Amino acid sequence: MSQEIKTFTISVYTENNIGLLNRISAIFQRRHINIESLTTSQSEIKDVNRFVIVVKITEEQAIKVVGQIEKQVEAIRAYYHTNEETIFTESCMFKIKSDLLFEEPQIQNIIKDSDSRIVTVNKEFFVLEKSGRRFEIEELREKFEAYGIMQFVRSGRIAVTKDEMKVSELLEDFKKL
Amino acid sequence: MNTETIKKEENKSAKTERISGSEAIIRCLIAEGVDILYGYPGGAIMPVYDELFKYQDRIHHVLTRHEQGAAHAAQGYARISGKVGVAMATSGPGATNLITGIADAQIDSTPIVCITGQVPSHLLGTDAFQETDIVGISTPVTKWNAQVTKASEIPEVMAKAFYIAKSGRPGPVLVDITKDAQFEEFDFKYEKCTAVRSYNPIPKTDINQVKAAAELINNAKKPMIVWGQGVILGKAEEELIAVVEKSGVPAAWTILGASAIPTSHPLNIGMVGMHGNYAPNKLTNECDVLIAIGMRFDDRVTGSLDTYAKQAKVIHFDIDPAEINKNVKADVAVLGNSKESLALLLSELNANTHDSWLQEFKDLYAIEYDAVIKGDLLPEKEGLTMGEVLKEINTHSKGNAAIVSDVGQHQMIACRYAEFNLSKSNITSGGLGTMGFALPAAIGAKMAEPDREVVAIIGDGGYQMNIQELGTIFQQKVPVKIVVLNNEFLGMVRQWQQLFFDKRYASTEMTNPDFVTIAKGYYIDAKRVTKREELADAVKEMIASDASYFLEVCVEKEDNVFPMIPSGASVSDVRLS
Ligand SMILES: Cc1ncc(C[n+]2csc(CCOP(=O)(O)OP(=O)(O)O)c2C)c(N)n1
Repeated sequence: MSQEIKTFTISVYTENNIGLLNRISAIFQRRHINIESLTTSQSEIKDVNRFVIVVKITEEQAIKVVGQIEKQVEAIRAYYHTNEETIFTESCMFKIKSDLLFEEPQIQNIIKDSDSRIVTVNKEFFVLEKSGRRFEIEELREKFEAYGIMQFVRSGRIAVTKDEMKVSELLEDFKKL
Repeated sequence: MNTETIKKEENKSAKTERISGSEAIIRCLIAEGVDILYGYPGGAIMPVYDELFKYQDRIHHVLTRHEQGAAHAAQGYARISGKVGVAMATSGPGATNLITGIADAQIDSTPIVCITGQVPSHLLGTDAFQETDIVGISTPVTKWNAQVTKASEIPEVMAKAFYIAKSGRPGPVLVDITKDAQFEEFDFKYEKCTAVRSYNPIPKTDINQVKAAAELINNAKKPMIVWGQGVILGKAEEELIAVVEKSGVPAAWTILGASAIPTSHPLNIGMVGMHGNYAPNKLTNECDVLIAIGMRFDDRVTGSLDTYAKQAKVIHFDIDPAEINKNVKADVAVLGNSKESLALLLSELNANTHDSWLQEFKDLYAIEYDAVIKGDLLPEKEGLTMGEVLKEINTHSKGNAAIVSDVGQHQMIACRYAEFNLSKSNITSGGLGTMGFALPAAIGAKMAEPDREVVAIIGDGGYQMNIQELGTIFQQKVPVKIVVLNNEFLGMVRQWQQLFFDKRYASTEMTNPDFVTIAKGYYIDAKRVTKREELADAVKEMIASDASYFLEVCVEKEDNVFPMIPSGASVSDVRLS
């Protein structure tokens, strides 16, 4: 098995449970694996949560970590995927002085070319939201940086997989038990 | 809690009744068949103790002298009986005192349910008196845990707790219940939990994997079995014996697997691991097929993984998918409950014998006998050995005792030399190596199975870690037999200091109190043996006693346990001296 360190997206379907985040993060902590990002949200299934965790590890580690996560009582199913196996995105927000819109004509062009969206504008500042790959967000940030950014924030990765994960079937099977 | 995600055993006869949360807790315990629990009261659990007082004719609460003792007693109860052990404590320090026992149960897959009181829910998060985040603290060492803040949640959480603790690969569960939930009244009805949606306790056994395993075993020239506690937890002792006898495969055990097959069985080739037997350790690196059954390739079993059984095809039977390929890569993995998977395997196996291969084990045993065993069991030197004490216990208990050992040299000697006729007879702290385990665990074991002889074997160090439980033995009149093998050292650490730290005995020498006087202070019959001539009679008297009995044997101070695989070395580098 490849010992190469790669970016893996770990998807975990879980019951909606308070303590589970702790249990899952402890699995990474014990193995000294840095979590690059962690996002939890409602999944496509009612009352089922989905964790999207991004880590840089070997495939062997990914298999073991997924095994340990699945072992948790409230984890329904866990999977790991490479970047190629997922469609993923991050999103970010910039808060920038409104004056710049008038003083620096370049700003308008940057916004136009950036495929981003203005969320709000007022006299003092405007807020821009963009989603995309990390390098696109970074490019945009560098461009604005020259003019000054009041606030910048970026979310963790969210991802869907190209292949099916068949979690609904799993839950259907439970009803038949 | 989302009620659709668990299945319940419908209890038609049960009508709802309006009772308090604390009474509900007791009723849940009774419904789960709990007859004994171990614990210690305090502010945040007092309403439950008040109910225990009312229900004392139906459920026996044992007051230990420390919450750690309660947790280990619950473990001892579970380990000998296969039932769920229960421990109870108050919030804060009571709850944190349980943690060592919980961690021990987690790593040794022991089913226990711990119930802790918690400050009232309106005080949670305020640093209230005796508030501690026990759910947070216990998370990494529990199979599952939950906090209850409403009485109405109690039946479902308790049902889930028992189900999770005992199903699949067992483990500890902690339920933390706020004091207001204990007082609150609600309409009680109990239904046992039979399934949890997100939890698959027993993975399906794939018959094709069983066939692949059988094919490897049927064609093997030098196959070897190493079984672990999974056989005992799966109640698969008979199936294992049938597999061993039909296939003729020599079978070795891990510490926690000990006693699943009687010691005297001709195909039982002894213990693997750091202080295991010479033959199974050495021949691990010569077998052509290694069949691991319900064991997890702990590092104390494998030594260096880089040189572990590299020549062998590995077959791994386990209930826990996360164990497969965790430490040792399996060529064939058979998931499932050991009882079922071994039964399936049996019908695929050819009847066979491996006499010349078995002879290799016997030849190496002879070498170990001359180099180590003879000197341990039939010493010619003046000082007493731990081994000869075990030999006397075997003789007088006729191999029917359950041996509860603590941690250290005496533990290794007990595991190596105790003779077992019956399963679930080797109760010891394997994965965590918790000194202080044996005395309270022996209490739990003896109370769970009063008809069995229970002998605790403890070092002078570990004995003093939970010595206060003599009070429990005295108050509850638990007829356990306590043997302290006193070498006036933290022997196992001293052995390492001798072998690997040039005999620098840093803080391992012990100046001990008069243990006999202490035992007598608790009104426990007690005797000290310092000479070989006194040993046999003393052990005989101890075993014959109907009451609890304390026996101190002053043994050679600087004896070492061999064979030994130095840590990080290969199993084939097992040393005889
Ligand atoms: C709670 C705990 N603390 C420390 C250790 C480390 N340790 C392992 S064996 C041992 C010595 C045990 O001495 P004793 O109980 O006298 O038994 P002996 O080895 O002499 O038979 C120690 C300190 C441990 N296993 N558990």
